[in-house]
Amino acid sequence: MANKGFLVDTSKCIGCRGCVVACKQWNQLPAEYSEFKGSYQTIPDLTGNNYTIVTFHEYEENGRVEWYFAKRQCMHCLDPACMKVCPQKAISITDTGAVVRDNDKCVGCKYCAAACPFQIPRYNKETDKETKCSLCTERTAEGVLPACVKACITGALWYGDRDEVLGRAKERVSELKGEYPNANVYGETEAGGTNIIYVLADEPEKYGFEKEPKIPGPINAWQDVIKPYFPWLIALTGAVSVISFFSTRLLGAGKEEAHEGESIDG
Amino acid sequence: MTNHWNDLQNTDCALIMGSNAAENHPMSFKWLMKAKETRGAKIIHVDPRFTRTSARSDIYAPLRSGTDIAFIGGMINYILNNDLFFRDYVVNFTNAPFVIEDGFDFKDGLYSGYDPEKRKYDQSTWKYKKDAEGNPIKDPTLQNPRCVLQLMKKHYERYDVDTVCEATGTPKDQFLKVTEAYAATGVPDKSGTIMYAMGTTQHSVGTENVRIFAVLQLLLGNIGVPGGGVNAMRGESNVQGACDMGLLMHVLNGYVSAPTNDPAYSNLESYLNKETPTAGFKVNTPKWLISMLKSYYGDAATKGNDFCYDYLPKRRTDRNYTHIGIFEAMYEGDIKGAFVFGANPYVSGPDANKEVKALENLDWMVAADLFETETASFWTEEAGVDPKKIKTEVFFLPAAASYEKAGTITNSGRWVQFRWKAVDPIGEAMADLEIFYELGKNIRELYKGSTDFKDKPIQDLAWDYTEGDEEKLLDEVQREINGYDLTTGKLMAKFGDLKDDGTTSCGSWVYSGMYTEEGNKTQSRDNKDRSGIGMYSGWSFAWPVNRRIVYNRCSADAAGKPWSDDKKIIWWEDGNWAGIDVPDFIVSNAPSDPDGCKAYIMKDDGVGGLFAPTADGPFPEHYEPWESPVENMLSSVQFNPAATIWDTPMNEQGKADKYPIIGTTYRVVEHWQAGIMTRNTPWLAELMPNVFVEISKELAAEKGIANGDVVTVESARGNIEAVACVTARFKPFKINGKIYHELGILWHYGFQGIAKGNPANRLTPHIGCANSNTPEYKAFLCDIHKGVK
Repeated sequence: MANKGFLVDTSKCIGCRGCVVACKQWNQLPAEYSEFKGSYQTIPDLTGNNYTIVTFHEYEENGRVEWYFAKRQCMHCLDPACMKVCPQKAISITDTGAVVRDNDKCVGCKYCAAACPFQIPRYNKETDKETKCSLCTERTAEGVLPACVKACITGALWYGDRDEVLGRAKERVSELKGEYPNANVYGETEAGGTNIIYVLADEPEKYGFEKEPKIPGPINAWQDVIKPYFPWLIALTGAVSVISFFSTRLLGAGKEEAHEGESIDG
Repeated sequence: MTNHWNDLQNTDCALIMGSNAAENHPMSFKWLMKAKETRGAKIIHVDPRFTRTSARSDIYAPLRSGTDIAFIGGMINYILNNDLFFRDYVVNFTNAPFVIEDGFDFKDGLYSGYDPEKRKYDQSTWKYKKDAEGNPIKDPTLQNPRCVLQLMKKHYERYDVDTVCEATGTPKDQFLKVTEAYAATGVPDKSGTIMYAMGTTQHSVGTENVRIFAVLQLLLGNIGVPGGGVNAMRGESNVQGACDMGLLMHVLNGYVSAPTNDPAYSNLESYLNKETPTAGFKVNTPKWLISMLKSYYGDAATKGNDFCYDYLPKRRTDRNYTHIGIFEAMYEGDIKGAFVFGANPYVSGPDANKEVKALENLDWMVAADLFETETASFWTEEAGVDPKKIKTEVFFLPAAASYEKAGTITNSGRWVQFRWKAVDPIGEAMADLEIFYELGKNIRELYKGSTDFKDKPIQDLAWDYTEGDEEKLLDEVQREINGYDLTTGKLMAKFGDLKDDGTTSCGSWVYSGMYTEEGNKTQSRDNKDRSGIGMYSGWSFAWPVNRRIVYNRCSADAAGKPWSDDKKIIWWEDGNWAGIDVPDFIVSNAPSDPDGCKAYIMKDDGVGGLFAPTADGPFPEHYEPWESPVENMLSSVQFNPAATIWDTPMNEQGKADKYPIIGTTYRVVEHWQAGIMTRNTPWLAELMPNVFVEISKELAAEKGIANGDVVTVESARGNIEAVACVTARFKPFKINGKIYHELGILWHYGFQGIAKGNPANRLTPHIGCANSNTPEYKAFLCDIHKGVK
């Protein structure tokens, strides 16, 4: 089957965050305690209970103000690093290209988070698992749109075959070039290509993306040298929390600790 | 809306002003994005602050709160001076050619007939001049210096680009960019829509703010055409329905005037003499009123007793029954009991400290809502008061949410849409309809044996609904609103068939036709767009008579030929009117008939009113808000001379020496109105957890405030705590050469729910629009400082 994904056309996004609520509703994720601290982006980053967020970026150049909104979630890489490093083989690619986790196999070791070129997976303390967007595989298998796409009212999100998504993205960028000379397609080749494709009106950095996302260096070594002995390690320690501690220290350098939010509903 | 939501896709240019549509009416952007994509439409946003709407607009222009009339007046002046108006439309469909009475005048901010004592105008000179036969004198060449167009040109002469930009604080190049882009719609094959909301109406000149939009749209030929219109995006999903059903103090159902204790309304005959014009569609007023009385009082309403006209409450002309007026009376102790349904004035009322104080004077309150509101718990310790000192007895009724009950919602585009119940309400919660049915039944029971004549209106009320069957009750009420032919017992097919002899009943004439012998049309769900332009005439019922675009006669020229193929909805063909919408005119009138161009049928003259008397004057004029740091640059009259001034306790007027900053209030997409539903919804509380105040980087630097600091905002009436959001999206205004700051606060919050905060309305004043008394929430004076007071 052809790869499927969705388009995030930031030039049509009004930053309403309907997608964020739809995702939480479909996945039954509890709300977390938050505070307004000076930005509309009250959820600063993805968390174990927030598989998708919208980031807000304010700029002023030459007297012109711009306010960019970008939805963030798993990019569903064509060649996912998270899948390669997972010691439990809990991550796989579906026949439509979605990168999914097997919750039963996942031991919450956070290797996937450390390997991800887009810093997506987050640890959920309550379930002791890593979490991320599944591209609503259970919905799309039934012919229903992903929850976020279904909720988007302006047409900023569009789900379909990756080729078509990419075609639309390119067409849209050429339309935007007049007003936004830096407009670009993001996701076609980044990190080996992704199933989520963005139309950005400006440079990727302006939306909080890395221009050239890379898989962290130590990952390859880790994968080749230590990973083969991993099941043995597990047997030896028998304690997931300890491994989690080491893995975070070993691989999490330079990365923020996963956000462990306090749930505000019950 | 003169048009409807889906019709936004047909626009060539959308002027969003007095609205943050992307936040508060996000669905509008579905259609605007389509218009952009398919027609290359431009979106313009004019607002004090750069918002999520501005982020998706092609042109953004800032203006100081309370200067909308100056801004649009400037556009009108530019359009008239550069001959950019749509002449064919203006000559045929507006009162531009009509000559005005010699006595009418305007001098330095005041129209002829002003009485400073009463703060009211004698409008006797604000009229058309008539010839010997009593017909209005017209000059189709528009050259007569006393014709409406020339008077208007003279009126807005003062609104030159420089003066307007000095008053509004809008950079000149941006003002011109907006004006040129929007004026480009004044040609036959283009249309522009104006989308407005509470940023327009919540001013002491609120009605005139809307009026000047209508003037601009008439000049550009943008009313009655697809993609055009003056489009009020209503503040609640069913506020249009509430207004249609008489929830305003000055009108009964269907906008039929409510009587007062003025002798002119002392009986049915005198009421009808006063309220029935000699021309225009309102000549049908007797049919609407008498059919409504028949639905209210049933068999008790007879020709012999004036159809129970005497039962209608008569407002006292010396009292004010608007929101502010009611709370002033409550504060004075004149009101002893209150029903508060779907409202939360503790959070939403202007001068909230005073309104909360007023609640203490009530003996009793009945409140109904989804969650306990701040208003219903104003007497608790959580509210910061000593419960022992408050005598008010509060009854709280749990109400069903929209998904927990069936019923109709009338959207801004006048579509009356039935919604089916999804789930049963929780616990003892009931639908409002059931609550009111039970109330009516029990009150009638209490008055059953009374022989007092004043109790007759309660005893004679037609209240014979089916007991204990929610669905049947709703069905009966919907049929009653639609109306019956009482002779045959059949449902009315349309309001055109209503009679004034007591043989028909109808709860609200504008809704007649929604439920006929053919079925309940509000349940129609044909989602085929046969019009090709998004009318969806088979989906729900649009009042009146399923018409989707009102004043649609104007979509074709005087001869009945559509202005463009792209925008054709009604046309004259082979001696008949044809089209894809329900005609909004007398179809027996051929274009060549004397009344063939009468498109504005609700007016007795049949033409669009560029000159149209309201309490404040026939042409909208700029006055400064009640609290303003600057002097009016367009006349020496500072404040709207016709607005009611409430010189009462706890409503002090702030002065610029102490409160130099302009304040405004607004909402965000994540919360809904006074917030009791959304602040209790965890996911939404997570998204917008507490109150913030947006300020410019310049103001923050002056006050030593950093982004995220806790600050205090205070006005002459109170103060609140909030978190500072320091942003480049808010800029200081340069007014008459001097810098003025403006700040904006979210008003959703209170002490209940998950997301809590101080109500911003502790800052706003008791002052309102001269016509509607809608509170001036959008412009007041305040100050801000770092930390908690």
